[in-house]
Amino acid sequence: MNATDPLALSAGEAVEAISAGLLSSRELFEAYRARAEADRAAADGGLNCFTWVAEQPPGEDQPPPLHGVPLAIKDLFCTEGVPSQSGSRMLEGYLPPYTATVVSALAGAGAPLLGKTNQDEFAMGSSTENSAFGAARNPWDRERVPGGSSGGSAAAVAAGLAPWALGTDTGGSIRQPAALCGIVGLKPTYGAVSRYGMIAFASSLDQAGPMTRNVGDAALMLRHMVGRDRCDATSLAFPEEIALPTGERLDGVRLGVPEELTGEGIEGGVLESFHAALARAQELGAEVQDVHLPHAPHALSAYYVLAPAECSSNLARFDGVRYGLRAAGADQLLDMYTRTRHDGFGAEVKRRIMLGTYALSSGYYEAYYARAQRVRTKIADDFRTAFEQVHFILAPTSPSVAFKLGEKTGDPLAMYLNDYCTVPMSLAGIPAISIPCGLSEGLPVGLQIAGPAFSENRMLDAAHAMEQALDFDAAAARV
Amino acid sequence: MIERDEVLHVARLARLALSEDEIEPMARELSAVLDHIAKISELDLANVVPSTHVVEVSGGLRPDRPRASLPREVALDQAPAVSGEGFLVPSPQA
Repeated sequence: MNATDPLALSAGEAVEAISAGLLSSRELFEAYRARAEADRAAADGGLNCFTWVAEQPPGEDQPPPLHGVPLAIKDLFCTEGVPSQSGSRMLEGYLPPYTATVVSALAGAGAPLLGKTNQDEFAMGSSTENSAFGAARNPWDRERVPGGSSGGSAAAVAAGLAPWALGTDTGGSIRQPAALCGIVGLKPTYGAVSRYGMIAFASSLDQAGPMTRNVGDAALMLRHMVGRDRCDATSLAFPEEIALPTGERLDGVRLGVPEELTGEGIEGGVLESFHAALARAQELGAEVQDVHLPHAPHALSAYYVLAPAECSSNLARFDGVRYGLRAAGADQLLDMYTRTRHDGFGAEVKRRIMLGTYALSSGYYEAYYARAQRVRTKIADDFRTAFEQVHFILAPTSPSVAFKLGEKTGDPLAMYLNDYCTVPMSLAGIPAISIPCGLSEGLPVGLQIAGPAFSENRMLDAAHAMEQALDFDAAAARV
Repeated sequence: MIERDEVLHVARLARLALSEDEIEPMARELSAVLDHIAKISELDLANVVPSTHVVEVSGGLRPDRPRASLPREVALDQAPAVSGEGFLVPSPQA
């Protein structure tokens, strides 16, 4: 361990260095703060990862077990007195009166707030281009997107502007940017982490999760995130403590590869990298077999009914009355609502609100929303059946490597197809982790490992074994 | 294909004003997405139970005891306009 360069340490190593007295938490915070602030100040000249950066290290002594290792947090988490606008003009200047449960829990464990990160507006997008703060950039190639919606968090971790970050995943918003930026991203089992204080997108799907340099850091962060919260009625007590993964072999582990997520529509270079990773898994002792998720090809359609439907309801709260933007000059109430929403929402958010409102409207509800909910049942059943045969399911995280800025902004459907490999797990509510598994055209490829509900410990162990074997080199992204 | 009138109807339901130049692209983009989504109409979903949540949650009730909530001045602090103890909005009448 090289304590003279604190930026080279993983979060877990930094915790150890501080507790061993080799590094001060203040020094570590200041080192990251300076880098994050420089990126924020550079805006489009940098990676545009940060929307807000702490002005100074936290005053008080930082408690164990995390000893003050600073944490970057996606803009959509409410942080008391700190701007939280979910990447939207609608919440410009909003200072929440309370802090999200998961942010408080991590701060209480010794991970203080370093800064807030850029994202697609209200988490709707797969490129972090739909942001009131402007597009974030990919540290592997500044002309490419970092993925989204948690693109600022992913780029910050990849570039070494933060030791680790908090993201959220509704249909892939942790896993896909993690894949495109060459880092680790974990979406927990739905309900494992409290959603209280997350500015909502689609409540039956939204989950917070870690975005980190390695699998061990993801476990370390997740350990302090899970648990029942009386402020979120859908949160559940996690059945066991999250352990730090130690797995090095995969003997006796059965891995399922669904042909539905590994064929048509996946880039050649991504598939090549994926198949190379499967070969490594076999070398580690795993048994690889085909499985079927017959309804997975319909997951995207069901998702793009359900998520917009929930968003159209959740975003009804932005009406210019209680917080955020109000359009000037309206002298009639309805006019004030409609103009505020016109001015405050970006194009993609408007599209989703329209789509969701349409799908829920009289005459279309049965054809769209009710059917999509039934597809969701079938998808969950598909996974249940598959997990009777295998321990984990493996697939690419994203159908492509990072694409060029602007390449897909004009074609919403092309953008939605980025979520093809991640939405099935979201609809089934199961945990999935993306780890970097290689490069294609010099850009990172993500390997997705999904397991049954609450299998996080076993999943992290398998991911750790794969990570050791793949030995991905992320140095090229550090700035 | 979603028509202009339908776009305007849905926008009214969504309490969303659309500028003239937003209407045609919205119609086109919604149509493209809805065409894709229409694939789920090919599936046989008779006797399939719809799911709202996939992880079983039961008994999320707590004792009904009064407790302090957000103080009024804190709740009003972020509002675009307030009047005395409440949020100030324009009249519902034109």
